[in-house]
Amino acid sequence: MTVFVLRRLAQTLLVLFVTSVLVFGGLYLVGDPVEILVNPTADQIEKDRARVALGLDKPVLEQYWLFLKGASSGNLGNSFVHARPALEVIFERMPATLELAVLAMLIAVALGIPLGLYAGLRPDSFGARAIMSGSILGFSLPTFWVGLMLILVFAVTLGWLPSTGRGPTREFLGMQLSILSWDGLRYALLPAVNLALLKLSLITRLTRAQVREQSLLDYIRFARAKGLPERRVIGVHLLKNILIPLVTVIGLALGSVIAYAIVTETIFAWPGMGKLVIDSIFLLDRPVVVAYLLVVVFMFILINLVVDLLYSVLDPRVRVAQARR
Amino acid sequence: MIVRLTRYFAAAVLALAFGSSPATAQELVIALSTPITTLDPHFHNLSPNNAMARHVFETLVRTDEAQRKHPGLAESWKALSDTEWEIRLRRGVKWHDGSDFTADDVIATFERVPKVPNSPASFAVFVRPISKIEALDSHTLRLETATPHPLLPSDLSSVLILPKAVAETAKTEDFNSGKAMIGTGPFRFAEYVAGDRVAFTRNDSYWGTKPHWQKVDFRMISSAPARVAALLAGDVQMIENVPTADIPKLKSDARVGLSSAVSNRLIYLHMDSGREKGSPFVTTAGGKPMEANPLRDPRVRRAISQMIDREAIASRIMEDQAVPAGQLLANQFFGTSEKLVPDRYDPDAAKKLLAEAGYPDGFGLTLHAPNNRYINDAAVAQAVAQFLSRNGIATKLETMPSNVFFSRATKLEFSFILAGWGAESGDTSSPLRALLGTWDPKAGMGAANRGRFSDEGLDALIAKAVTTIDDTQRASMLAAASEKAIELMGIVPLHYEVSTWGTRRGLSYKARADQYTLAYDVLPDK
Repeated sequence: MTVFVLRRLAQTLLVLFVTSVLVFGGLYLVGDPVEILVNPTADQIEKDRARVALGLDKPVLEQYWLFLKGASSGNLGNSFVHARPALEVIFERMPATLELAVLAMLIAVALGIPLGLYAGLRPDSFGARAIMSGSILGFSLPTFWVGLMLILVFAVTLGWLPSTGRGPTREFLGMQLSILSWDGLRYALLPAVNLALLKLSLITRLTRAQVREQSLLDYIRFARAKGLPERRVIGVHLLKNILIPLVTVIGLALGSVIAYAIVTETIFAWPGMGKLVIDSIFLLDRPVVVAYLLVVVFMFILINLVVDLLYSVLDPRVRVAQARR
Repeated sequence: MIVRLTRYFAAAVLALAFGSSPATAQELVIALSTPITTLDPHFHNLSPNNAMARHVFETLVRTDEAQRKHPGLAESWKALSDTEWEIRLRRGVKWHDGSDFTADDVIATFERVPKVPNSPASFAVFVRPISKIEALDSHTLRLETATPHPLLPSDLSSVLILPKAVAETAKTEDFNSGKAMIGTGPFRFAEYVAGDRVAFTRNDSYWGTKPHWQKVDFRMISSAPARVAALLAGDVQMIENVPTADIPKLKSDARVGLSSAVSNRLIYLHMDSGREKGSPFVTTAGGKPMEANPLRDPRVRRAISQMIDREAIASRIMEDQAVPAGQLLANQFFGTSEKLVPDRYDPDAAKKLLAEAGYPDGFGLTLHAPNNRYINDAAVAQAVAQFLSRNGIATKLETMPSNVFFSRATKLEFSFILAGWGAESGDTSSPLRALLGTWDPKAGMGAANRGRFSDEGLDALIAKAVTTIDDTQRASMLAAASEKAIELMGIVPLHYEVSTWGTRRGLSYKARADQYTLAYDVLPDK
């Protein structure tokens, strides 16, 4: 088990290195940050000054070498526009994204699994059909359109919830969180629902498919034959067995909700990391983009590791050591 | 009346029930389209930053909504000779910490400006011309410039003044944290959450007209439809950059009002008039490579101008959020010419000019344009390409995000581009020098001359104008230079952008040419 975790961490370093090369090189090819950052009315003297101030006068390999040197001591460089360490800028925005992602996943899981169970157990009922058709809409409607519709209905027309922005925050475990008070939660509801919709559909459909498949297997029949109450058959035997693929999907979904909530964050003006990275790409703020993607890659690796470890908890037949091969 | 009162009552009850923004008469919430990057007034020269900082800090020379100059922290300024200026500072002005504003503050500020570390876009250009500065007494300054510099008052309108103690010690992060946010302006700093909001409270001891609003909250909402929705929902009382597509709908909505003004930004076409042959995107009419560069011929450039129906672009694509352009800045700005009018759409005259220039069968071009920088930029570029193709110049179009576009355009990778120029000084010398002066990095000329247009006669006119101190003389010289530039079609002007703000009913905004969104210019209707 320890060996497994250590090996994973070693792989992580390699992946992070490759990512940094790709992103660094990619952004270098996209364009010259000085052209975007300096005021368009600036003259050549000012452009040259900015180039030196941002360290862009050096050859790209040297710039990368300096980046690596800093990275080895945990410093991923200073943001060009914010004049602060890029990691600091990202971590400052992280609580906003995390709370939105967690809220969205809670909605998706808390609704998705029961709906999926229902649809799987009573596949021919009207309710099940309605759920399945609804889920098709859930993942085929574009996120930005759904977001705008939510604003239009709940904020503009009905006036129940605020249209955009993040509510007042409270300090919790060193993070500024807004969902701890009703006042702040009201702001988070619409974006969280918007973000949850796609994952909700995914989880519902996956749960249903698993339920349909597993219900036909011998162990379920056997459990029923033994005269176990339906609640136990479904709640313990069935649920436990369908959880394995679900945990994988939920883990990945959580990762992508954290890393790529960009559309939702933009529409709802939610000051999270997604919005930061989009702004940074437009401004060619390379340190922030590189640091962001490294953080995201690291997060995905971590989530995958947790998912792998969870497997062995859920299903004793899966030994972590097997993953070596 | 009663109906209206009931409606207000119902709205108030709803607002209470759901706790939506408790907009009292003295509170204002404004949605901005672009997040500010810092509160340090000297770190990043970017319009949203500059507008935001103007609530707390002030300049010596202040500009109004039409960019005319007025006394700010300076009561008066005058040129003693071609290179010497005297500035009288306003007495009785207090910093937010209660200390007095004096000449030392100005000197310390001017020293800080070029020295802000890691600045991606500094304000050094505005103080560079000043070679010497001294305080004659606590409220009188004497400035010297190395060469005659008539734009000094305009430069002074770009530099926000800090108290000496702040200017000498504060770092950029001290402004972002609020520690160094001590100005003389109409608002005091209250809160800044990066990428999310900025809040101010009224400075009740302000020396000038005190703003109407006790509390102002700026929210950053970059998505245009979301901004409009926030206005319609009443979550914010004003938005900037109303998207053109929503303008007809908002005009007929009784809940909101629109305020607009012609901006100082010109959208133009720049043609490769530098390379004698082998311009990268010039082809024959059939699409084969062509050695000669027809874009060097002023007649061809004029023909391009006459092939474009500016009225159609302004009304159809821009929903009237643009004014057809015939020169470098809209007529009301300093140094424009009254003689210049937009070229009429005249395909026959254009074809004749093309034939005269030796291209009766036209030729081929590719137009390159950004697609996320200017209002409807990609759609405007598409219209231009279609007009040209219809009238004999087979034009392909390629659009790209601005971060890619400007890097490539500056490296002269294109032959024909669409771009925009905002004359922040509100003065024609800005586009003349940057877009039409012969490219010369040392002299600071042609900094954005991506077509490498060059004409000795025009250079001489510009050089003379920008060293003439007398405003009346300078205005007529700049007008003459504009006429020359347009005669040679160094650039093809398309339109001036109109900026539009949307407000809730009962409010209006003094729409500004510099596109700044300023809370103290939002006023309730009387």
